[in-house]
Amino acid sequence: MLDPLALAVALPLLGALLVTMLPGWSRTLGMLTALATTGVALWLTVTVWSGEGLRSDLGGWGVPLGIGLRADGLAAALVAMANLVALAISINATGYFGAAESSRKFWPLWLLLWTALNGLFLAADLFNLYVMLELLGLSAAALGALTGTREAAEANLRYLLVGLLGSMTYLLGVALLYTAYGVLDLELVAEALTPGPVAWSALALMIGGLLLKSALFPLHFWLPPAHANAPAPVSAALSALVVKAAVYLVLRLWLDLFDGIATLPAAMLLGLLGAGAVLWGSWRALRAERLKLLAAYSTVAQIGYLFLFLPLLTAAPDGDTRERLLTALVLLALTHGFAKAGFFLAAGLVQKSTGHDRIRELGGAAQSLPAATFTIGLAGVALIGLPPSGTFFAKWVLVGQAIALGQWWWALVAMAGTLLAAAYVFRVLARAFNREPTPKCFLTDPRTEIPALLLAALSALAVGLAAQPIAVLLGAGV
Amino acid sequence: MNLDPYLPLAIVLSSALPGVLIFLLGEDSYRLRTALNMFGALLKIVLVGWMIWGVFHGHVYESRLTLMPGLELVLSADALSVLFVALSTVLWLVTTIYAIGYLEHSPNRSRFFGFFSLCVSATVGIALAGNLMTFVVFYEILTLATYPLVAHRGTPDADHGAKVYLAYTMSGGVLLFVGAVWLQTLVGQLAFTQGGLLGAAPEALHGQFIVIFFLLLAGLGVKAALVPLHGWLPQAMIAPAPVSALLHAVAVVKAGAFGIVRVVYDVYGVEFAHDLGLLTVLGVLAATTIIYGSIKALSQDGLKKRLAYSTVSQVSYIALGASVLGPIATIGGLVHLVHQGIMKITLFFCAGNYAETLGVHRVSEMNGVGRRMPWTTLAFTVGALGMIGIPPVAGFVTKWYLGLGAASAGAYWVIGVLLVSSLLNAAYFLPILYRAWFRPPPEHWPKEPVLSKRLETAPSLLWPPVVTALLAVIAGLLAAAPFSPLEWATLIAEREYGR
Repeated sequence: MLDPLALAVALPLLGALLVTMLPGWSRTLGMLTALATTGVALWLTVTVWSGEGLRSDLGGWGVPLGIGLRADGLAAALVAMANLVALAISINATGYFGAAESSRKFWPLWLLLWTALNGLFLAADLFNLYVMLELLGLSAAALGALTGTREAAEANLRYLLVGLLGSMTYLLGVALLYTAYGVLDLELVAEALTPGPVAWSALALMIGGLLLKSALFPLHFWLPPAHANAPAPVSAALSALVVKAAVYLVLRLWLDLFDGIATLPAAMLLGLLGAGAVLWGSWRALRAERLKLLAAYSTVAQIGYLFLFLPLLTAAPDGDTRERLLTALVLLALTHGFAKAGFFLAAGLVQKSTGHDRIRELGGAAQSLPAATFTIGLAGVALIGLPPSGTFFAKWVLVGQAIALGQWWWALVAMAGTLLAAAYVFRVLARAFNREPTPKCFLTDPRTEIPALLLAALSALAVGLAAQPIAVLLGAGV
Repeated sequence: MNLDPYLPLAIVLSSALPGVLIFLLGEDSYRLRTALNMFGALLKIVLVGWMIWGVFHGHVYESRLTLMPGLELVLSADALSVLFVALSTVLWLVTTIYAIGYLEHSPNRSRFFGFFSLCVSATVGIALAGNLMTFVVFYEILTLATYPLVAHRGTPDADHGAKVYLAYTMSGGVLLFVGAVWLQTLVGQLAFTQGGLLGAAPEALHGQFIVIFFLLLAGLGVKAALVPLHGWLPQAMIAPAPVSALLHAVAVVKAGAFGIVRVVYDVYGVEFAHDLGLLTVLGVLAATTIIYGSIKALSQDGLKKRLAYSTVSQVSYIALGASVLGPIATIGGLVHLVHQGIMKITLFFCAGNYAETLGVHRVSEMNGVGRRMPWTTLAFTVGALGMIGIPPVAGFVTKWYLGLGAASAGAYWVIGVLLVSSLLNAAYFLPILYRAWFRPPPEHWPKEPVLSKRLETAPSLLWPPVVTALLAVIAGLLAAAPFSPLEWATLIAEREYGR
């Protein structure tokens, strides 16, 4: 019974049920669940890292009938990141929501979202992936609307509908494959799949639906208002994890399922959209008037970088080059996850202490909250791609391979994005230097500040330097 | 247990870790902060001393971290890195003492000293970088660590200066990044190699090598303040005096110049760079910068601004030395790395002292400061004479070797540049000295707080320039002694030219 795969999905689900039944204990139960789930997730990652791919069929029903879960290196890497971030968000949330009414509403939805995340990363067949995708979209939209303001309700209703459209399109593709081949398990479908109209239509439908959910330019319109209007811990989860889950699925399908069917022109198209996202997202972030809106547009841009890898991965010969590109891609995704979560949590601190997040008027706030300012600074290092963050090394590989594979234009995009990111990050940080009185001490509210600071520090200082273990993890359990 | 592989890392961390701890300190923990600063600075000196001894005796110190195949962070010590490490370590200690005195009672000291330490750590990382990627890593960290120091005062001017600084260095950083990555796709590993590592590459790549050289040079030239990339430097003068001192003598400007030296000697190889015709370009750029900076300095009334343009000019002697083929010019350029640092930091300390003690910020206000502050002015005089190149101060040694090297390489135009530049140096420094010593002082100084009862100013402000001025004289007088900067530069040149 002690199976980390099953536990990683079952624990948060159990926790969600418990906090629904015992709302008075929601904070305690929620934190216990968060700790236990994160522990299981790390156990899972270490197991995969030490060389075993994991696979389990719930209830003993084998393929093609049962619910299968499996973890390879890619899944394990993302599970580890997602769960660490989720733990930090949970700790921050205990302080952010306090004992207010919204705390009781937060925990059930949050643990449900966590279940969906882990389920999505670990699911082994296309239909389960759909279920998890739907659960993720529903819980995310509900969480986003927690503030109850008009803007939040509007933005999240749009988010919900767009999400439904996306997952429905995906489901259509799945149905097409199921009709043609009669199997849903990822590996079995991959074996059966032959190039042809069915495969191409399925590819277009599934990837198209997921692009909508991963907010790739120009389908990003729903993201900024939804992410900017949610409570800070929720924004952190939406930007760092939920969007990333959709991108993970694109990657999974592209690499495992449609390998050999996805053509270079198709990859070029996605790369082009990614380039659009990098430039447009960064530009809008630069023009944004509010801190959280800036962070949301920055997410649009950072998602774009991930798609720049697709044409390179498709063009790269198998072997070393491909492995390096994949490692860089994952490095970028992990770094962004930690950085963006830290950034949003810090933005939440600023918003709480000043009552607003208008960048123009942040002067004093940035000065009186050194910990939050440092968080934004460290996360900013990762967003810009300055060393020693993972983004820096990922961009090193990206630019190098773009030049080596003769697709140098992606290098130009990445560099332009870097400069734009520097401009929007330092637009915020410059506010920290004015002549307000000196802050007396570094921390003012440790419970909310430390998780944010740790996330940002991980993104800026640790993930990049741990590239080698991450590469080992990615190579494991395939 | 063999500790050698950890020594370079320890040298970087000996300032980085105290820096991080200082951030966490409350503003009032004056003693603890000072203790941490001094502990880091002294520990670094001990470690560097150990390293100098080892490198001289042929030990290899190397810390290495593999990220991916082909992506390695390497810190290692060769003779060239030791030269720069020793300079930054000694001057960091002096500057820290100066800064503690200078910033007494001013706000945000934890933030200041934290970034100050990080700035030095990044510089030392640049010095010890064993390949081009590691160099770029620390080069960018330096940009980041310096920004808060320039913006420190928080006035609109400081904000503007810091933004200009950032715009220049970030753009330069991107060019450097692209150049380095591109070069790596062509030749694989980019470990710094004595004698260069590109010479053996196939001729088909030479065209790309030339383009890449310009990318690298643009990236490094921003920090080294090569004309026309120098625009940020005078604006960054808004920073507090210890920052300007460190920026101009050790950290930012010198990091750029050091990078140029590395690229010319240890990536391209000086002979290969000469064959590609790149040295001529570098020489013309350096010469233009030397003359242009000096001419601009003539018309500046602000003392710090005049010194800033003097830096623009003087740092390019290093690039000029690198652009002339032949060991003697190489020695001249390398030794100036140290000499310019000691002399320029002295001048900036003195400028800071005049501002803090008397409220004097402009050259036109300096009449008779020599009578009020004889020791500071003496130090200033030594620095200024050194810059002009008058023996026995260190600057003379530089110019002598540069001239000799140019003559032996047949590049007589370099001697012309040296002559014109020395005349210009004299033209903008001698009037200051004349005012300071021979004009009568005014009845009231602009602003004169009491900093010390016995001395002309606070002791922690007075001793640093006196010490560095003394060092400048010693470096000139004892140039032939073992372990002098000149001897060490000779050692490097011998190893570079494989003799």
